[in-house]
Amino acid sequence: MAGPVRGDDRGGPPAWPGRGSGPWEDASRHSGAFPQQQQQFQAEEESPEPRRLVRPYTVTGGRTKPRYKLALEALVTATVYEPRDLSVLAPECQAILQFCLDWRSVAEISAVLRMPLGVARILVADMSADGLVRIHQRDDSEGRPDLHLLERVLSGLRKI
Amino acid sequence: MTSVKIVVAGGFGVGKTTFVGSVSEIQPLTTEAVMTVASTDVDDLSHVPEKNTTTVAMDFGRITLEKDLVLYMFGTPGQHRFWFMWDDLIQGAIGAIVLVDTRRLADSFPAVDYFEASGLPFVIGINGFHGQFPHRSNDVREALAIPSNVPVIPCDARNRESTKAILVTLVEHAMSMQTAGRY
Repeated sequence: MAGPVRGDDRGGPPAWPGRGSGPWEDASRHSGAFPQQQQQFQAEEESPEPRRLVRPYTVTGGRTKPRYKLALEALVTATVYEPRDLSVLAPECQAILQFCLDWRSVAEISAVLRMPLGVARILVADMSADGLVRIHQRDDSEGRPDLHLLERVLSGLRKI
Repeated sequence: MTSVKIVVAGGFGVGKTTFVGSVSEIQPLTTEAVMTVASTDVDDLSHVPEKNTTTVAMDFGRITLEKDLVLYMFGTPGQHRFWFMWDDLIQGAIGAIVLVDTRRLADSFPAVDYFEASGLPFVIGINGFHGQFPHRSNDVREALAIPSNVPVIPCDARNRESTKAILVTLVEHAMSMQTAGRY
């Protein structure tokens, strides 16, 4: 077969384990809120994309790291059994509670409620610590899904 | 309640979102991440050291497999400079599907390299545009230097049954790799 063959020097991905940090670690090299906001201001000024009315990380108080790692597919549900005055919550948090009446992933929260993934992760982790939501995610230390889980996925896929 | 994910990779315009959409129970959604990027390989930043945020978009879909088991399929951001995003994506993933357009085979090299290096189970799906498969699977396997145990399958990203078949093949492949103790 004519054409290029893999192995050419084409600027591939980083060596594994990757040098990268997850999005929950974005901007982690910047300690305070202010430099981060300043950066976003500069980025927005030069970006052709429409501006947001509120800067994305304002609602997180400038924090760019959640309390703990949340997978993209981590599932979130509102805990309804605890009566609380929700009007004190930020509108974004109220929206998350509304949206998570059924189980929703962190990725869906970000996509449907139109908030950057990093912001969704921080808010969900905070809300979990405050007992507003429950989170279901597989433990990082488990690595890849085990055979039993894969069998369930396989039989599920065959049925759809 | 358990969620699992599968990664769908491949070059720009190869049909990742179509693939996800053909089997997803929801319209594919897009999540955006504001990223800090060390883009020194792209721009000369020596005069603007603070300019290093950008937005990365990822499309994804969902399949509820059982009452308490949900599968998410994430399309990878195409651009090479967002590789660091992939570490997050593949964490705990079942495996990956690399979609290949044989007219632009080289577009899939980086994804294949990455999954090989990370030990993530993956399969190759040759997306036949307009039902055309001008190259045989074995030719593609050879050009991509794919080991014989990695499935290489022709597919139609628009077709639900075809997409389902690839997902099934990937999960079976992940199981056989686990049984063989390859990772």
